[in-house]
Amino acid sequence: MSKSGIGRDGDGMMSNIKYWIWLSSIVNASPGKIYQLLKYFRDPALVWEASEAELAASGLCTKKLIAHLTDKTARKETEKAFESVKKCDADVITIYDKSYPELLKHIADPPLVLYCKGRPEPDETCVAVVGSRRATWYGLDMAKRLAGELARHGVTVVSGMARGIDSQAHKGALESGGRTIAVLGCGIDIAYPPENRGLMEEIIRHGAVISEYLPGTGPARYNFPARNRIISGLSIGVTIVEAGEKSGSLITAEYALEQGRDVFAVPGNINSYNSAGTNRLIRDGAKIVTGVGDILDELNIRHDTKNTYSSVKKLAVMKLDRDEKTIAQRLLNGPVHLDVICRDCGISVQMASSILLMLELSGFVEQLPGKYYRLVE
Amino acid sequence: MYSKIISCGVLGIDGYIVEIETDISNGLPAFEIVGLGDTAVREARERVRSAVKNSGYEFPLKKITLNMAPANIKKEGSSFDLAIAMGILTSSGYIDQSAVSKSMFIGELALDGEIKPVKGILPMAVCAHRNGIRFLFLPEANAREASVVKELHVIPVKDLRETAAIIKGETEIKYFEDDGSETVPVCSDTVDFADVKGQENVKRALEVAASGAHNCLMLGSPGCGKTMLARRLPTILPSMTFEEALEVTKIHSIAGILPKGVSLVNTRPFRSPHHSISDTGLVGGGSIPKPGEISLAHYGVLFLDELPEFSKKALEALRQPLEDGIITISRVNASITYPARTTLICAANPCRCGYFLDQPGKCTCTPKQIQQYLSRLSGPLLDRLDIHIEVSPVKYTELESDKNIENSLAIRERVERTRKIQIERYKGLNIYSNSQLQPAMFSKFCRLDKKCRSILRDVFDRFGMSARAHSRILKVARTIADMDMSEDIKPIHLTEAIQYRSLDRKAWNV
Repeated sequence: MSKSGIGRDGDGMMSNIKYWIWLSSIVNASPGKIYQLLKYFRDPALVWEASEAELAASGLCTKKLIAHLTDKTARKETEKAFESVKKCDADVITIYDKSYPELLKHIADPPLVLYCKGRPEPDETCVAVVGSRRATWYGLDMAKRLAGELARHGVTVVSGMARGIDSQAHKGALESGGRTIAVLGCGIDIAYPPENRGLMEEIIRHGAVISEYLPGTGPARYNFPARNRIISGLSIGVTIVEAGEKSGSLITAEYALEQGRDVFAVPGNINSYNSAGTNRLIRDGAKIVTGVGDILDELNIRHDTKNTYSSVKKLAVMKLDRDEKTIAQRLLNGPVHLDVICRDCGISVQMASSILLMLELSGFVEQLPGKYYRLVE
Repeated sequence: MYSKIISCGVLGIDGYIVEIETDISNGLPAFEIVGLGDTAVREARERVRSAVKNSGYEFPLKKITLNMAPANIKKEGSSFDLAIAMGILTSSGYIDQSAVSKSMFIGELALDGEIKPVKGILPMAVCAHRNGIRFLFLPEANAREASVVKELHVIPVKDLRETAAIIKGETEIKYFEDDGSETVPVCSDTVDFADVKGQENVKRALEVAASGAHNCLMLGSPGCGKTMLARRLPTILPSMTFEEALEVTKIHSIAGILPKGVSLVNTRPFRSPHHSISDTGLVGGGSIPKPGEISLAHYGVLFLDELPEFSKKALEALRQPLEDGIITISRVNASITYPARTTLICAANPCRCGYFLDQPGKCTCTPKQIQQYLSRLSGPLLDRLDIHIEVSPVKYTELESDKNIENSLAIRERVERTRKIQIERYKGLNIYSNSQLQPAMFSKFCRLDKKCRSILRDVFDRFGMSARAHSRILKVARTIADMDMSEDIKPIHLTEAIQYRSLDRKAWNV
């Protein structure tokens, strides 16, 4: 790892970083192609200095790519990009660095350069927990719970910091005191979605935020699928918590298969649109997740988790009177609307809302917008 | 020759006597009306001239001066036509002055002498009675409205000719007699809470609102039934007393929205103005002041659907009348007071797309957008909304079920009982319901025991409620205790009241 290469390795390294930035920011060829080129020339500085004839001799370049590689204006741009990297105080990790994640190095099209904030550890065990941005309460809960338990067992949770499942996965890992890595689809200096700014800082403190895009790159929609290959590339397994028919997390699952990673999927109600993608994955051979144990077993991580529901246990020890117990039991299967609680438990509205508030105050129940109630995990 | 005819104008919601003095003297033919009449009054000259002529009388070709006293109050409308015509007939000697001195004349004239209905008859009739007038001549269509004032002889007249004939004794007087053809229920009674399937918690919340006259806010996705529920609130409010009905009818009469053939509005009004309404439309005003929607909803329900879409100015204007129960409009030559004691029900979507309160995933708004949308609700108006109701769409199975549902009448009986408790308790304090409790009265009427205080403290710590929630919770808890006929506020009352403060919870980010 080099702190923008500045000060540590002197001017030589600093200019070297510039070549890396230049080479990695060539978008006219796939990252895989550029990687091959790098392997051929061994050093980005040599690519920079290579003549048109030398580039052509490599047999890897089309005429167009040669034109881009020798383009003067692009080279000038690199100066600016270099300045912006220095300014945003991000670490630059090149594929030759020791701190470059080992697993990621071996995918077909690894990013040459990672911009990074926080402390990634090159050989930590990572598992991705990803899913839909518009998830249900079930999905959000499961993401948080699985991520939390993975983190408790020393696994680093990788996700994309998007709304919904991704954010919950990061939060779950952070809350149980574990490590988590967020892979962004935009520049590392941009918090996207904006409401996750606080979460991002938290992740930087307890893990890392990484991106292959130059600082200042906006969150363009075409960046995100490419970002997903890094999420799966970093991880030994990918867990899809909730995904609709056409969810972006299915792209992550595809990358995972290409890269030879395990794919885990959390099953859902077959009527639920949000579980259509995950249920299909299971049908097609993904490993079913009925508890964190299923993931840990596959990774050969010792654990003593059983797939019992914590709230059932909690319910047994809580001192509740009859009505409270009836209501709490009705909530075991997920959020329930106040009217439904009243109807099913045969308790008047005024009584039920009073009981629910007391349960809420004792931290056992949570009220969701729309007068839905659920047990606190 | 000089004559004096009595007519009536309306200022605010009360009538005042207008004396129409007519003087016909020799000089160049002219017809002058003085006494601050508006355009409609000035144009009466032409209507009266034709009506007199077409009724078979001669219009005097002399200098006619007509004064409307008191001359310093602006008069508006066409209701003086009949009195003006009578003034001319009396001054020209067709009618004896002594025959008209105990009568009041109200009505608009058509060119052929026919008499057409006018607005604001009820306050005029009340005014006539108060001023010792015995006979009220008015358009046939308005007769039923005036008949509410029992002691007054109401004489409906068809045209100018008939009016003159009655006064001269050529035709027999036909007093108005109620033939029982009145088409009552103006609104609401055609709807009933029994129509609402499911929504138990919303119904309960509305009952609480009705019991303590609390203003409330309903949040829910489009089509979940907010309007349907609000429309049924008037049906569970206590029935109106005669005095209340009279006051409401007066306002509706002035505004000209009294349905034909209705003498007294005896169901509570329900007004739901469109959100494009201006501030004057909402609270009243204009160069010639008119009652606004809040006054039309007097003793009833004012329903503002799509609250965030209303202009800020209009909502700001609501604050003072909501607090005081009256709205005073000041103009250069008069200041007018309209009553405005209404229960305010607001409805809003919880976010831009509207589905935030449904299952997660359905709402397409970002948290920031939700916050922005809800922040349009916050502020001083939110301070006046005691109860927040979250409305969810009803499941189809509930729509189909024919479970026995309580009807409005049963709920209303309970509400009336609860209101009675409040009226008893607040005797001599100049308030009539829990919603009007002032902070200074809390220590006397909303005392909390130790257990309640600790719950409340917990709630504020845990949910991060804003300070404004505190007094609202106390008021609503007082109402719930009253519904339970409990002298003290018990934990069960308090906890339910707390549940009606959704928007104050930190989780909502408002």
